[in-house]
Amino acid sequence: MTNWIDIADLNEVPRRGARVVKTRDGCVAIFRTAADEVFALDNVCPHKQGPLADGIVHGASVTCPLHNWVISLETGLVQGEDNGQVSTYPARVDGGRILLDATFLRARAVA
Amino acid sequence: MTQNLIIIGAGMATGRAIEHLVENAPDAFNITLFNAEPRGNYNRIMLSPVLAGDKTYEEIITHDDAWYAEHGVTCRFGERVAKIDRAAKTVTAANGDVLPYDKLIFGTGSNPFMIPLPGHDLEGVIAYRDLEDTERMMAMGPDNKVVVIGGGLLGLEAAAGMAARGVDVTVVHIMGHLMERQLDEAAGYLLRKALIDKGITVKCAANSKEILGENGKVRALLLDDGTELPCDLLVMAVGIRPNIGLAQEAGLAVGRGIHVDDQMITSDADVLAVGECVEHDGALFGLVAPLYDQAVVAAQTLLAQDAQFVQKEISTKLKVTGCDLFSAGDFADGDGREDIVFRDPARGVYRRLVIEDNAVIGAVMYGDTADSNWFFSLIKDKTDIADMRETLIFGPAYQGGDTADPLLAVAALPRDAEICGCNGICKGQIEDAILAGADDLAAVKSTTKASASCGTCTGLVEQVLAVTLGDDFVMPAAQSVCGCTEMTHEDVRRLIKSQTLTSLAAVMQECGWKTSCGCHVCRPALNFYLLADWPLEYQDDPQSRFINERKHANIQKDGTFSVVPRMWGGITNGNELRAIADAADKYNVPTVKVTGGQRIDLLGVKGEDLPAIWADLNAVGMVSGHAYSKGLRTVKTCVGTDHCRFGTQDSTGLGIKLEKALWGSWTPHKVKLAVSGCPRNCAEATCKDVGVICVDSGYEVSVGGAAGMDLKETEALAKAPTEQEAIDLTIAFVQLYREHAKYLDRPYKFIAKFGLDWVKERVVDDLDERAALIERFELSQSIYRKDPWAEHVTQKADSYQPLANLMLEAAE
Repeated sequence: MTNWIDIADLNEVPRRGARVVKTRDGCVAIFRTAADEVFALDNVCPHKQGPLADGIVHGASVTCPLHNWVISLETGLVQGEDNGQVSTYPARVDGGRILLDATFLRARAVA
Repeated sequence: MTQNLIIIGAGMATGRAIEHLVENAPDAFNITLFNAEPRGNYNRIMLSPVLAGDKTYEEIITHDDAWYAEHGVTCRFGERVAKIDRAAKTVTAANGDVLPYDKLIFGTGSNPFMIPLPGHDLEGVIAYRDLEDTERMMAMGPDNKVVVIGGGLLGLEAAAGMAARGVDVTVVHIMGHLMERQLDEAAGYLLRKALIDKGITVKCAANSKEILGENGKVRALLLDDGTELPCDLLVMAVGIRPNIGLAQEAGLAVGRGIHVDDQMITSDADVLAVGECVEHDGALFGLVAPLYDQAVVAAQTLLAQDAQFVQKEISTKLKVTGCDLFSAGDFADGDGREDIVFRDPARGVYRRLVIEDNAVIGAVMYGDTADSNWFFSLIKDKTDIADMRETLIFGPAYQGGDTADPLLAVAALPRDAEICGCNGICKGQIEDAILAGADDLAAVKSTTKASASCGTCTGLVEQVLAVTLGDDFVMPAAQSVCGCTEMTHEDVRRLIKSQTLTSLAAVMQECGWKTSCGCHVCRPALNFYLLADWPLEYQDDPQSRFINERKHANIQKDGTFSVVPRMWGGITNGNELRAIADAADKYNVPTVKVTGGQRIDLLGVKGEDLPAIWADLNAVGMVSGHAYSKGLRTVKTCVGTDHCRFGTQDSTGLGIKLEKALWGSWTPHKVKLAVSGCPRNCAEATCKDVGVICVDSGYEVSVGGAAGMDLKETEALAKAPTEQEAIDLTIAFVQLYREHAKYLDRPYKFIAKFGLDWVKERVVDDLDERAALIERFELSQSIYRKDPWAEHVTQKADSYQPLANLMLEAAE
């Protein structure tokens, strides 16, 4: 069952940018693409734990600020030669507001 | 038995529903049609051609009085419905008449959204919705100024319609590019260019603050940057809201619109709704195609026929003469989605297809929309395009034809486009030389002098050779900026200057970028080139910067940051040191370190504490040290004549002057300076990007040192007899480096490429050029010589905080 919770206005995240949401189990990064899609991923690069929200967003990918690993925002998979995956969470925009699925976030805290 | 059908609203959807009913079952219903506007149904989407003078109002009327009379529709135009009693199944008109119904259709449409800016109720502030609004705009002429708020479909049609009448029109749009819901940035850029050519002023990323009036009438629009745009009429075209008031009062289920099911039935089985007032499966509707579908479904439902409304892919075309654009489907970036982009800079054509699972799911086209229907049918039919993928972008006529030509951008340049800036050689001169027999780079160089000086245009010259000679010329491999483009840094820099490209979207379009918004490699480079070459025209894009330059601090391995306040020339005092010590305690800074650049580094500061620690340092007058930037870092000094028994000049004073002149400037890579007061060189000036050694007779300025991955001693640039000349030489050199170097080349690499003699000619020998370099540097510094910390503390502090804190929710 989904339990969408209201996080913030879409415009509080810049286009081709990201902000973090604090949860009990670490930060979740909320990304906004040039096309106004939003994605939620753990704010941790699988390489050396770089904060992905501080990366450069291009297309539907983000480049980690520490060592330039490129991560797909849709699947969380590391692109190119490197291997790894970041957890992704359901996120959507409704009426200009960013929504996250609380059920999913809670499941993550338990896991 | 004939039933009573009451319809509220005579719009395009209800008009189509009535047509369907009277054609298929002329005797099934007694129809009564209410309309608040004092007229029947006209083709509202044709108001733009009426405004532009291409059509008259009479031509866009779809149902006239005779038609309603012939089909027995009782018209109550200019009358509102006051009340609906669903239990009694009656409608009460504004004049008190109570009419019984068996079935009721809502077609109440939508209301234009008026931004509640101060002054929005002034006379002369209108929406763009109906004939009255259109007539107000048609009354404007060459002596009038009009501001249109909203760069969407409707706003641009209004602007273009009035511009065609000679009106001075300005479009104010809050987003970064026009029609952002239908177009990507590249197509938005081309559209903006076309509108500007029509004489329309376009202001994007502009926030309206207040509408200014005089004697109750609109006078001007005030933007939040203080700009005043005078106007006689202000048109707000920022969107529509479904008109659901009456439905809500009647107790029907509503969300953003009136809820309907697939049969267009509302929460009351005898009440239907169609058009812009409905919400179906979470969606609202503003374009005409789905409204017509709904109208037919509603009519069939009333006739007890089985029908279902299904949301379909819709496409958008702008009705502005000379701006051919088309968009359909979903063109957002995504994983598993691939872009095919085609750009023809000469014709101003841009096409982008978004492919997923071997099917086209979205298309954006600008300039040439001749094939739009073919692409739209590929989207609707989900056609498997695997076999025609290679040539898909060229349209149906090219299936089986050639693949894209990467030289297209160069081929498109006009003959008078300057290729070699040093020697002023245009494309036409090179072409002529090639046709006269110069068939390789060396021959072109010796006959025309193109690329014979600094050499940065070599790539372009080679491409002109390739375009002119075709297969006879074998192109040497050159390193492109990144996978997004075939062009080298040098090519891109040259075109940014010669073609006056002043935005990221412009560069990507005119240089044939293969991706929609670049990548982490090309965007920071382009952002630098644009701000260096067009300091006034280009707006710095923080999202195209590495995190250190976006957050004005250095990211560390654990995601914390380091903070380094500027210490001019390495000089500090008790007040500053106390403030640093207090900040270290207050923000639990784990490491405080003295740097090699003669200042103090606070390491391990949390990202969310940055604005607060900056505010504390600002309070004692300290500013950003830019220790994180591709820009001026430090000017290291020794104590000079103030204290040292060997000092020959005031080296500390000169260092401070240089730092005050250069700070805040962005450069291709970091720039470090030093000034030593005597040849003992305690400030280690001979391994800096620019080093000054003071001697009795003046100042020895040397450049191109390094003490990083490479170790290099500086080379002498010139000896300056006065302090001012030492400063001038330094600034002119830094500006030359800013204008010509490849992004991420330190000055020593720049000098190796161009030659020290080439640098000296411009910075030392040619005094006019030196003065011009200094002037261009000062122009850029008028924008960038300021403290980014203070600016972020006052304007962006919130963006450093988490977007939300769900610690409690997660714990539940």
